[in-house]
Amino acid sequence: MKSRYRRILSAVLSTVVLIGGGALILGQRVNAAGEGKITGSVKLNGAAPHMKGIDMSKDPYCAKAHATDPGHLETVVAGANGGLENVVLYISDGLSGSALTDVPTAVPVFDQKNCVYTPHVLAMDIGQKFKVVTSDQTAHNIHPNPNPMTGNIPWNQSQPPGAPPVEKSWKAAEVIPVQCNIHPWMHGWFVVVKGPYATTDSSGAYTINNVPPGSYTVTAWQEEYGTQTQKVTVAGGQSATADFTFKAK
Amino acid sequence: MAKLFAVTILLIAIGSAIPILRHTWDAPPDISTHGTLIDEQMSDTMVEAGISFLVSQILLAFFIWKFSSSRPSDKIKTFPGGAKTIVWAAFLLVGTEVLALGVFGVKAWANVYLTPPSANALPIQVQAEQFAFYFRYPGPDGTFGPVHPEMINGATENFFGIDQTNDADSKDDIVTAEMAIPVNREIHLLMHAKDVGHSFFVPELRVQQDFVPGLDLSVHFTATRIGRYEIVCTQLCGLGHYNMKAYLSVLSAQNYDDWLKKQAALQ
Amino acid sequence: MHDVPVHHHAPPTSFLRKHVFSLDHKVIGKQYYGLALIAVFVGMILSWLMRIHLGWTNLAIPGLQLLSKSGAPGGIITPEYYLQLMTMHATIMVFFVLTTAPFAAFGNYFLPIQVGAEDMPFPHFNMMSFWVTFIGFVVLMSSFFVGDGPTLGGWTQYAPLSAVGAVSGPGQGTGVVLWATAIAIFCIGQLLGSLNFITTTLDMRTRGMSMWRLPFSAWAWFITSIMGLTAFAVLMPACILLILDHVAGTSFFVPGNLVINGQIQPHSGGSTLLWQHLFWFFGHPEVYIAIVPGMGIVSHVLTPNLRRPLLSHRVMVYSMGALAVLSYMVYGHHMFVSGMNPVSSLVFSFPTLVITIPSTIVVLIWMGSLYGAKLRINSPSLFALGFISMFITGGISGFFLAQPSIDIMLHATYFVVGHFHLVMGVAAMFGIFAGTYFWFPKMFGRMMNETLGKIHFWLSFVGAYCIFMPFHYLGIAGNVRRYPAFTDDYLQPLIPLHRFITVAAVLTGIAQFIFLYNLVHSRFWGKPAPENPWEATSLEWSTPSSPPPFDNFGGKLPTVYHDPHQYGVEGASADYVMQTSPEQIKSGHDEA
Repeated sequence: MKSRYRRILSAVLSTVVLIGGGALILGQRVNAAGEGKITGSVKLNGAAPHMKGIDMSKDPYCAKAHATDPGHLETVVAGANGGLENVVLYISDGLSGSALTDVPTAVPVFDQKNCVYTPHVLAMDIGQKFKVVTSDQTAHNIHPNPNPMTGNIPWNQSQPPGAPPVEKSWKAAEVIPVQCNIHPWMHGWFVVVKGPYATTDSSGAYTINNVPPGSYTVTAWQEEYGTQTQKVTVAGGQSATADFTFKAK
Repeated sequence: MAKLFAVTILLIAIGSAIPILRHTWDAPPDISTHGTLIDEQMSDTMVEAGISFLVSQILLAFFIWKFSSSRPSDKIKTFPGGAKTIVWAAFLLVGTEVLALGVFGVKAWANVYLTPPSANALPIQVQAEQFAFYFRYPGPDGTFGPVHPEMINGATENFFGIDQTNDADSKDDIVTAEMAIPVNREIHLLMHAKDVGHSFFVPELRVQQDFVPGLDLSVHFTATRIGRYEIVCTQLCGLGHYNMKAYLSVLSAQNYDDWLKKQAALQ
Repeated sequence: MHDVPVHHHAPPTSFLRKHVFSLDHKVIGKQYYGLALIAVFVGMILSWLMRIHLGWTNLAIPGLQLLSKSGAPGGIITPEYYLQLMTMHATIMVFFVLTTAPFAAFGNYFLPIQVGAEDMPFPHFNMMSFWVTFIGFVVLMSSFFVGDGPTLGGWTQYAPLSAVGAVSGPGQGTGVVLWATAIAIFCIGQLLGSLNFITTTLDMRTRGMSMWRLPFSAWAWFITSIMGLTAFAVLMPACILLILDHVAGTSFFVPGNLVINGQIQPHSGGSTLLWQHLFWFFGHPEVYIAIVPGMGIVSHVLTPNLRRPLLSHRVMVYSMGALAVLSYMVYGHHMFVSGMNPVSSLVFSFPTLVITIPSTIVVLIWMGSLYGAKLRINSPSLFALGFISMFITGGISGFFLAQPSIDIMLHATYFVVGHFHLVMGVAAMFGIFAGTYFWFPKMFGRMMNETLGKIHFWLSFVGAYCIFMPFHYLGIAGNVRRYPAFTDDYLQPLIPLHRFITVAAVLTGIAQFIFLYNLVHSRFWGKPAPENPWEATSLEWSTPSSPPPFDNFGGKLPTVYHDPHQYGVEGASADYVMQTSPEQIKSGHDEA
């Protein structure tokens, strides 16, 4: 009897070791030298739409902060050369293994500064921690509005002046609008994606790092113009290019 | 102990009355045409309530002082007239007092709520939402365009859900974050709640009215003094309730027109 | 003595039946008192947190983050947590203290004894009533630890803020459902209790105990239980409808086309004012449910300490009855600026003004009875007199709030907060204290410490005025209530006054621990109580022991010969005659 149990036990143990070891080898991260990247730029074709000004008189603190430079909506932010800011680029197809499951350790920061969200769009990976901080001497509330059917749970939290950062993460890929109800003009986005991502800077340029070699579909998301996709192939240690152009409405 | 108690009641009663008599913390001065009646009603009530308060507390103190030191041999005395006097006194004194207050108060109330706004009152729509007020002026056509709740979008500053491309009446509507009104002109304020219950309170204007979701109400008033005042929410509406406010600018007729033109240009 | 023998249930022997699931009204009364005691200290500590936040908004309260990480990050209370604490403070105080202590606790213990019964007619209902209330308390407290905390909607839970779910704010989802469940459960407990109280008063009176021979406290509990039966019967279905709006997709209280946080709500056709009507139809009688027992207790405590009957037993009882009846006709004064028809406001304003008449009669009867009395100063009588002073102050501010035109300025300001805290909060608490000091010797066979009682009284009396009088000034200056902080320009000059109130509140709160110490210490080590320490006449002082035996009167029911106000009786053997004494007396005030 005793020996039979021992046999079963050793069989179970060796199976566990085998599976575990196999998983380790297969899932091992391709080393950094082998990873490539995707770069490019996002441009707006046509004249950028007029962005409405914001009347912040409701809160004297905000009004004062914008006394000389009135705030504007940030639905479409285009640079002088047509570069589109706040576009999120991510790999929507073709990722596998650890590139898909790894969660970056960097903690992106979403700041409430002069009653405006900085940045206007914050991209992040599923499960990646991000921080909401306030630089203002007036109270804000952060009220993201995800679709609960995705598994993301809505929340709503005040951040009075001097309050510690709010640290959170999201469970599912989703484009989540976030707003401050105290300052109804404050609207921003949490773009939660699976895998590596990048956001365009003020010139419209971006770089997605840590892309293992392979063929991918890259998606660009802009809050007003929606999404565009492109196929791109990344060679080991090389940089692939994908440029996007959105047409102004 | 009883004497100390009596003195304490006396001191508290007098001490409580001092800030009222000295107007240490007073309501802000009235800037409306209807407010005088409310203020008179308030001060009448204050006089009656103040006298009732002082008389009853002082009487209580006096009785405690007087009747706590009796010896066992003392006989019980009964209040002259007994309970009957008291019932009569309550009915006559307090009854007439409160009825008088009630009857006189009707006028102050009716003046605000039971009179229709005059025909040339300036219509302004106010919408309350968590946690801000937004205002809509009908523009030159004097008509507000229809509201489409599904088009409400704070991200594009379409707080009212108006369709300026398709609705003719909406084309010239002016939406503002601050309320400006011309001085000495009657305002007909149309109140709409976007989400939950709120209230529109301007202490100086002697106006307080709840917003009722699903029920659009209106109030009317005339401001008589140029200045900038705070509009606050007094109906608990959520975590930003205390931050829910807007400014009311009472402007001269000329300045009001300029302001409106400037706002129209910003639309 | 022609006492009637009783052969009802035998005393329980098991621990559970004796102390936990007891059928004995006395044990149930003590359980209610214990629950109220826990609740009142929880509620008081919540009020401390709120007051500290109002005085010093950015002050960190060490350790508070352990209670709620998101509500008090680093110990600093967020605005939503302030509102959640506020809602819980009010709910705990109104339901689990002001309703349970003077009504359910003392009423349970003393009503059957005062009518001369060996127990309530439905002991199982009575036991259920307590345990159901207890479950209600547990459900309510659990909301502190579930989801994003308790509801922030205030104890009035105005719809649609309360009915649309979590999108309207933290705690507005699970928090509201737990709140409404707790209150619905609480209502069941109070309905069962009220039923018992009414039946006890009507059916269980002993031989010779006519209705007019009932002491004031018994009358007050009887009147209160009638109010309870009708008021809680409205609140319970209202809470159930509110829960349905959350979990069953109904729209009782939510109209269509509401856009919250950018989302159109999936509701239509409900009425937000419906909730206010249902709530205040309960809510205003509830105020009297809290205060009428206090009036009864104060009258009951005062008579032996005045050594004379009150001027009129009947006028007092009729006045309490008038308050109860009028309390249903005045509820609209909470809704003057709510959007109700402005004509209704005037209609509701008149009964509200008229209700001052019975209130005035009650106060004047006390004052007139004080005239020519031989007042004894002790802890119970001090608190009873303090009650009168508070009731006058809190009642007079009602003159203002009864008038719709003045309400335009005072509605939802601290004036209202000052008014109801004095009249239904502090006054009712003073009634509870008077009752506690008065009946403790009967309940536990030991005296409470008089010196500590008096210290407690002085600190509470002066402290309560320091806290609540300034509330009226704040209100007159337009300080809106339910603000977690004061950011508006016109409120800045009022902050020093808020700080004064905060200091007063903390000190007065600390004084309540003297009471707690006195209560616990006297329970075990107090001086043994004499048989009738206050030389009072009502039936609770005729039981064979303190505390009374299981069947109250030791196997026999007493026979009553007099009304309970035989004080200062001429020609009697003492200056008072017990209700059970067959002594023939010539009395001018036996109205039975």
